[in-house]
Amino acid sequence: MSTPYAKLPGWVEYGLIPLINLAVAFVVAGLVVLLVGENPFEAAYHLINGAFGRGEYIGFTLYYATTFIFTGLAVAVAFHAGLFNIGGEGQAYVGGIGVALACLWLDQVMPWYVVFPLAILGSAFFGALWAFLPGWLQAKRGSHIVITTIMFNFIASSLMVYLLTRVLKPLGSMAPQTRTFAEGGQLPKLDWLLSIFGLNVGTAPFNISFLLALAAAFGVWVLIWRTKLGYEMRTMGHSPSAARYAGIRESRITVITMMISGGLAGMMALNPIMGEQFRMQLDFVQGAGFVGIAVALMGRSHPGGIIPAAILFGVLYQGGAEIAFEMPSISRDMIVIIQGLVILFAGALENMFRPAITRAFAMRGQRAAAVVQTKGA
Amino acid sequence: MDFFHVLVVLLESTIRVSVPLVFAALAGLFTERAGVFDIGLEGKMLGAAFAAGAVAAVTQSVWVGLLAAVLISILLSLVHGYASITQRGNQIVSGVAINFIVAGSTVILGEAWFRQGGRTPALGEGARFQTIHLPGADAIREIPLLGPIYADLLSGHFLLTYLAFAMVPATWWILYRTRFGLRLRAVGENPGAVDTAGISVIWLRYRAVICCGILCGFAGAYLSLAMTAGFVKGMTAGKGYIALAALIFAKWRPKNVMFACLLFGFLDALAIRLQGTPLPLIGQVPVQLMQALPYILTVILLAGFIGKAIPPKAGGVPYVKER
Repeated sequence: MSTPYAKLPGWVEYGLIPLINLAVAFVVAGLVVLLVGENPFEAAYHLINGAFGRGEYIGFTLYYATTFIFTGLAVAVAFHAGLFNIGGEGQAYVGGIGVALACLWLDQVMPWYVVFPLAILGSAFFGALWAFLPGWLQAKRGSHIVITTIMFNFIASSLMVYLLTRVLKPLGSMAPQTRTFAEGGQLPKLDWLLSIFGLNVGTAPFNISFLLALAAAFGVWVLIWRTKLGYEMRTMGHSPSAARYAGIRESRITVITMMISGGLAGMMALNPIMGEQFRMQLDFVQGAGFVGIAVALMGRSHPGGIIPAAILFGVLYQGGAEIAFEMPSISRDMIVIIQGLVILFAGALENMFRPAITRAFAMRGQRAAAVVQTKGA
Repeated sequence: MDFFHVLVVLLESTIRVSVPLVFAALAGLFTERAGVFDIGLEGKMLGAAFAAGAVAAVTQSVWVGLLAAVLISILLSLVHGYASITQRGNQIVSGVAINFIVAGSTVILGEAWFRQGGRTPALGEGARFQTIHLPGADAIREIPLLGPIYADLLSGHFLLTYLAFAMVPATWWILYRTRFGLRLRAVGENPGAVDTAGISVIWLRYRAVICCGILCGFAGAYLSLAMTAGFVKGMTAGKGYIALAALIFAKWRPKNVMFACLLFGFLDALAIRLQGTPLPLIGQVPVQLMQALPYILTVILLAGFIGKAIPPKAGGVPYVKER
């Protein structure tokens, strides 16, 4: 796809424009706060304080960020190949099966460092499996990936209700969840990481899967920009016809990309299941698959952008909880609005301010050129 | 006779749950036929349901509530139109954004304005739609077969129910028998040709998006003013996506849309009916399987195993005048 806009310097393209879009999203969210009859600046204070005010809060912020790094990477990988994987929610949900099976099988006999690698493989496998079908259907049968992944989200939701109420629920229990895992199914906290900075993680479930998320981000960077497969993916995303002429097998790349994407989404399940709840519950994904869309859009599909974007959403989730606590008339649903606004301004309306910015830079460029000329004369 | 009675009850509830699907799927038909994909049906319906419930509760008038629903829904459609037509943004992303913004706003505003946990107050008689009894329904109820069909199945629905089913031939007529409809379909297949003919692609797509808004408004108003007396948070519960599935299942054709919606409505009614009762030969069917069936069927259809669903050719692609 050709962009009808002039090329801008990198820091404008990847720094200024996303920041302006983000700022607009927050201004509109502030208007909603005003509409509710509260002070937006007070809300902003509680947001920042709730996310960073204490070591425990930072722990929670990074715990949420861990989840969003996985789902953001999942969406971004697919974006690079020109595929819109809107099914991160379902893939993460089904990925939970892999985590739960590994934990239920070995948690009583093996330590966490044996269970964890198996759970990683399991979650990635089930997530990839759930993305394989839409990918395969697009590649071989021509069905639109957006629609099939939406449908698969709902099918996953029904499947998981069935599994958790009929199959994985322990006998005699009423709640739709697996049994609580023994020590082998519980990931160690990263309290030592925060204590380097003199912070106390407290009750926050900030755990070792954060490091896995960072490793995954690095892995995605290597994959996309340093491997042949990544090159082929980007070619296909940039121009499917060029990819076809170059002999890149479109259907193969589609299926592989979707499986990588689904695998990353599935790995998100490690964080809440093994890192916080120590069991698989209904709805443990809680919309993280959709947050991934906003994170990928904000981060411009680059791991270097996705990590800060994921932390931003971690701030929103943790700080949002604090706002809801301090200002009862603003519930946590405020996050959902902000998320929607970020998706709108950073995604669908990303070019709204571009003409004005381009003009401003063109003018500055001319003035600079004029200065050079007068000096030369 | 008992089986017949069960069937009538089942079909009656099928019609009841199909109405919002019919409205929303027809709404999607208008925009998608014009080349604008819309996965924001869910959000528009939810926003409309909230506006209807909130305004009807304040004004105690069902008509003002309906008007508010349609206005809010059009407004959201215009946001989608601005993003995807004028700004040439990604239509899917825009639709997702609208769903999020509405899902959050309805709860926040509902809680701030009414303080009932995100609901609007229960609506009284004048503030919600009343069922309409067709003439002579009571008189012929006793006649076997025809009586119950007329009295229980056809009579006793809301005005919006009849409107929904009347909209099906109306939509067909607009799309296939008017100049506007011809152009609208053309702009979804080949906007370049429409542009060459001197017709504004942008204005045409905006009108399609507005039609979508009106119909989604009806869908939402039906939920909060007819089906129940008031708005409950998240009350669309995925109906927008089911409508989208029905639209694809119907291969973007009005008559098929109605049958697809009735089929999905029937599955829904059947799922509730069959909960916990074992079937002969098959045994107990998990209710979750019934709930997932519309989505599974749509996937199978999309895969081309039962016919082929070919979307409008220019769907999802913003139109750029000069290349």
